[in-house]
Amino acid sequence: MAYLSTDKVEHHHHDVVIIGAGGAGMRCALQLAEAGYRVAVVSKVLPTRSHTVAAQGGMNAALGNLDSDHWHWHMYDTVKGSDYLGDQDAIEYMCRAAPQLVKELEHQGVPFSRNDDGKIYQRAFGGQSREFGEGGQAKRTCAAADRTGHAILHTMYQQNIKAGTHFYEEFFALNLIMEDGGCHGVMAWDIGKGEYHLFQAKAVILATGGAGRIFKTTTNAHICTGDGGALCLDAGLPIEDMEFFQFHPTGIAHVGPLISEAVRGEGGYLLNSEGERFMERYAPTAKDLASRDVVSRAIALEIRAGKGCGTNKDYALLKLDHLGEETILKKLPNIHELALRFAGVDCTKEPIPVQPTAHYTMGGIPTNRHTEVVINHEGSDGEEKVPGLFAIGEAACTSVHGANRLGGNSLLEIVVFGRACGLKVMKWLSEHRYHKTIDPDAWHAGVNRVERWLAKDNKGGEKVGDVRANMQDIMQSHFSVYRTEDVMQEGVTAIESLKEAIHQASIDDKHRIFNTELVEALELENLMSLARATAACAANRKESRGAHARDDYPERDDKQWMKHSLATVQGDTVEVSYKPVRSTPMTVESFPPKKRVY
Amino acid sequence: MNKTVKLEIYRFNPETDEKPYMQSFEVPIEKPGMKLLDALNYIKWNLDGSLTYRRSCGEGVCGSDGMNINGVNGLGCITPIEGLKQPIKVRPLPNMPVTRDLVVDMKHFFDQYKQIKPWLQSNTPRPEHERLQSPAERAELDGSYECVLCGCCTTSCPSWWWNGDRFLGPAALLQANRWLKDSRDDAAGERLDMLEDSFKLYRCHQIMNCMEACPKDLNPTKAINDIKRALVKRKV
Repeated sequence: MAYLSTDKVEHHHHDVVIIGAGGAGMRCALQLAEAGYRVAVVSKVLPTRSHTVAAQGGMNAALGNLDSDHWHWHMYDTVKGSDYLGDQDAIEYMCRAAPQLVKELEHQGVPFSRNDDGKIYQRAFGGQSREFGEGGQAKRTCAAADRTGHAILHTMYQQNIKAGTHFYEEFFALNLIMEDGGCHGVMAWDIGKGEYHLFQAKAVILATGGAGRIFKTTTNAHICTGDGGALCLDAGLPIEDMEFFQFHPTGIAHVGPLISEAVRGEGGYLLNSEGERFMERYAPTAKDLASRDVVSRAIALEIRAGKGCGTNKDYALLKLDHLGEETILKKLPNIHELALRFAGVDCTKEPIPVQPTAHYTMGGIPTNRHTEVVINHEGSDGEEKVPGLFAIGEAACTSVHGANRLGGNSLLEIVVFGRACGLKVMKWLSEHRYHKTIDPDAWHAGVNRVERWLAKDNKGGEKVGDVRANMQDIMQSHFSVYRTEDVMQEGVTAIESLKEAIHQASIDDKHRIFNTELVEALELENLMSLARATAACAANRKESRGAHARDDYPERDDKQWMKHSLATVQGDTVEVSYKPVRSTPMTVESFPPKKRVY
Repeated sequence: MNKTVKLEIYRFNPETDEKPYMQSFEVPIEKPGMKLLDALNYIKWNLDGSLTYRRSCGEGVCGSDGMNINGVNGLGCITPIEGLKQPIKVRPLPNMPVTRDLVVDMKHFFDQYKQIKPWLQSNTPRPEHERLQSPAERAELDGSYECVLCGCCTTSCPSWWWNGDRFLGPAALLQANRWLKDSRDDAAGERLDMLEDSFKLYRCHQIMNCMEACPKDLNPTKAINDIKRALVKRKV
């Protein structure tokens, strides 16, 4: 029956295989399953465990439910927020689609909070303005209390149950089946049973989320290990803009859990050790609702100036008790719970200790605005598609976030481009009706990747956990909120020498059934690829833009650096090249770069 | 701080063990506010890489790490070590098929969730804008939409232990009630028809373990009573 040259690998045929069951993957799956396609969602965790679940504050859309609003204003804010590195065609597409898609989520059952008139509640969020920055703060962020991601992820899961999507739960993707320059499927490891599966598909969609776990302190789940980007690097494909890593201003100090921007949106503000509301100095107009890169840098500077709080003077305070207990419990119940559990603080009475914490991967797998994975050849301005391969959500770099993402745009991105991908893939499927006959030996690489770990003996090698901790330390101390040449070069050298340690590392557990140490080893391989790309891209970029802030090059340099980085692994080294920003929107005038003031 | 904490953890590897056993570990308390998941991670990363459990968000919203802690179900990532009686006895969720160590097979639990058709069912065409819902109507969903599907409540329920094949259990019933309560949903009649069954619903005997176990402070017992009341109400 199967024509693979082994019977140890189960062979599946689906129209589409989606790797990742977060909001992006499931929104895309829904589009395709409702249209009658055989869709497989391959996820290393049960779908409701995906990290979309942890998104708190909300999702931007110019509904204008409280004040008048326009998608074009939203677009302007997003371009400005991206520090002019965002691709404006994709940004226009996203902001235009936003109102329709929020309403669609509502129709699917998302329990949005409501205004008195029964419409969806919208709150203020950072970097959001009316009238192209001239009309004051916008209220654009649609919220389900401060559990918006949870509400959306569960709704997407429910809709997919209804639509009959095939879920392959707790399956780990090992490698892409690439032949003739195109993608024809994926090899996966069934974690629970310890068996191999080859998923052949006419289209493969990477929706694997971010890579926050390359850092030591992060708001990201343990599962955010950049698996899709690593699969691409392994396949010789590039990843884009990895130096742009968002540090959220308000992670709980020393622990990591996120304290939503919604706290500041509802009227909370930051204080230094002198009790000063310091954001007034850094962003006179937007104050605490300046965009995230600006606020994170401000906190870092206050700490550097000795105005940090606590015994080590290394955090700021987020004050919200003045909002009153009723507002906090109604609009920010999850924040109240998190602060109590992880900071031991009752935020209705005391401020929450916060510090900038690794939060969001702006970079990722390069795609055009149709979510098709693209490569650029050196010296050419054209983007060439990788046939059959698509990427969406935090895994992708579309790039709607450029050098800095606005709060509320990531939940938006996952539904907008999840849907866009579904639409594009349907067109692709109408033109590609049959599965390709793949090499019967295509399973080897995936099997070898696992068997290498299970066969190795333990002698001499470091533990996977130790190598990972080293990597996270290196990334945290060399590629944090502020970066300089010497420190970054030291970081590049350290991370490049650490990659050897992975070849020596070993695991204790050689069993097959639910071997989570094996999964952690595979995840470490993925993390290491992305950490290397991040380090190389960061050290190369000699300017400050968005989340990439350098002491030695404090200004943005549009002449030389308004371009996307592309990293590939060639042989043993990371090569960095560049491609232009897509500055031309779909229909409106381009927003040319100007000084970014909040 | 050189304090340590003692744990006894349920171990079972189907590839090598005929039956499960408890294994002792001692873990340093590295920071104030340390959670049980931190201790498990310490063991996995430093003492025994084969210790098997699920974890994802680490902050109590994904529902991965439901486990039985000193006899009470809870999420490892938000259960503080401090205040737990030592040695801390950590076992998998009760009455579930154990895959390995603390990992249980969640299939039946999610199948029961799927049985209640957990999606919005509306008879009216999708409007151009959002369906309107007043803040008061929306508030009816508070206390049920927050469920993270960790399974702590259902697997703490003696009725479900005895009749789990047919009794839907507190988590699924809490969600059933969430859709009954949603002012946008038009399928209350069908939903109640499905629930009106001596096993699916009426095996709940108000033992209230579910409420005690819920790490999100939700109250499935109340939801079940709401459903029973709705069933009575439609008869009179």
